[in-house]
Amino acid sequence: MEEMKDEILEYVIDEYIEDEDDEITYDTPLISSGIVDSFSMVSLKRFLEAKYQISIPDEKASPEAFDTVNSIVVLVKEFIG
Amino acid sequence: MGYSDKVREMYKEQIKGIHDAGIFKQERFIHSAQAADIEVEFPTGSSLKKVINMCANNYLGLSSHPEVVKAAHEGLDSRGYGMSSVRFICGTQDIHNELEKKVTEFLGTEDTILFPSCMDANAGVFEAILTEEDVMISDRLVHASIIDGIRLCGAMHDTFKHSNMGHLEKKLILHADKRLKVVITDGVFSMDGDTAKLDEIVELCDKYDAMVFVDDSHASGFIGKTGRGTHEHCGVFGKIDIITTTFGKALGGASGGCVSGRKELVEMCRQKARPYLFSNTMAPVIVAGILKVLDILSKSTERRDKLEANTKYWRKGLTEAGFILKEGNTPIVPVMLFNAKLSQDISKDLYDEGIYAIGFFFPVVAKGQARIRTQISAGHEIHHLDKALDAFTKIGKKYDILGKTKQEIIEMYGL
Ligand SMILES: Cc1ncc(COP(=O)(O)O)c(C=O)c1O
Repeated sequence: MEEMKDEILEYVIDEYIEDEDDEITYDTPLISSGIVDSFSMVSLKRFLEAKYQISIPDEKASPEAFDTVNSIVVLVKEFIG
Repeated sequence: MGYSDKVREMYKEQIKGIHDAGIFKQERFIHSAQAADIEVEFPTGSSLKKVINMCANNYLGLSSHPEVVKAAHEGLDSRGYGMSSVRFICGTQDIHNELEKKVTEFLGTEDTILFPSCMDANAGVFEAILTEEDVMISDRLVHASIIDGIRLCGAMHDTFKHSNMGHLEKKLILHADKRLKVVITDGVFSMDGDTAKLDEIVELCDKYDAMVFVDDSHASGFIGKTGRGTHEHCGVFGKIDIITTTFGKALGGASGGCVSGRKELVEMCRQKARPYLFSNTMAPVIVAGILKVLDILSKSTERRDKLEANTKYWRKGLTEAGFILKEGNTPIVPVMLFNAKLSQDISKDLYDEGIYAIGFFFPVVAKGQARIRTQISAGHEIHHLDKALDAFTKIGKKYDILGKTKQEIIEMYGL
């Protein structure tokens, strides 16, 4: 669980943060704050599916579900066995 | 009445918002032909002012070149003014076909299709060749017209960090299961004047079985030893699957664009690209002018060589004066000022000195990256550049920014 949280946070930082000074945490809003635009949600979804061997239906991949690292973890866990 | 007072007020409010945000765009009326020396009416209603143009995309100085103008006149006389038709009904003349062949040869591709503009080429190409089964992976700083084209296409879209090859490779791996992958980049990026790492991109695309798309609008005609573009510069001539470019910048500057590349992809555009199918053909007079431009450029590299020399002179002069420039070796030379207001103030003062150069700031460039973007031309003579350098130096002194670091400028003027 903790490990997954960190993996996802690391991915988000690596993928979306251009300026090292920007700090983000498990609770930082990603989509509603504009850090991740809805365009880029695609790659986040693909990353999660590949990494955790799951398939997230499009209707579940809502901006709300993807808005923080914590909420993403909840979503992923729903689909892992 | 649909356009009620309420609706009018709503738009007025929005326009006021644009004003208040300091991003209201205003045209300056030029009363002469496009060249290094122009006559400008600005502000509107004021008397004409002679200024040196440092912000045109007229990289090769061909926009008003006598031979090009003459060829255009001849085209006008022999092929008329307009065609009043899209290409595939009755809008294709022999010279449209000839131009497509000449562009193919010049860019080292298999085939070419003309579009009314490069904006249209970019808007139409992706939808014509890709479907939901495919993925487009674009550099995060590609031109707005490419973003529009991507939006119009049903294929999946993902991005990679600007010129970051490690990140691009990760994305190619992530999307390995897609039917087709296209990596999308500008050849020369118009705001920073940096060049895509096309050699590395081609290598990665070979390894992961992806196609390469390059918009070479700010490169065609002058980047590379013989001016063929970024692919020539990077040693991957003949290896780019799709090139789009414009005739509205170095290549005469009138208008028009094209998709040039693998012949099946070009054929798909001819069959399916909407701006090709549903917009009027390029005017004969413009086609005749571009044919002459390609003729001039194929015979001699004199103009691009002069542009390269001018660019070196200009970069060296500004650097020695103490300005901070974006690194690069293209004729797009951004003078970094960081603060938005400072970029506007300096642009205004330069204009008073007879130098026309525009300040760019957020949202056109990232926050804290405000700049004056200068663009060098083969139409500039050394005396133009010297006069502009004198003016830049004078104004730089006025604001006390010469020899200062980024940090010092930010401390003085804020971000
Ligand atoms: C990179 C790039 N692509 C496309 C365009 C659009 O070209 P055109 O003026 O032919 O529509 C431009 C010009 O603004 C550009 O800079």
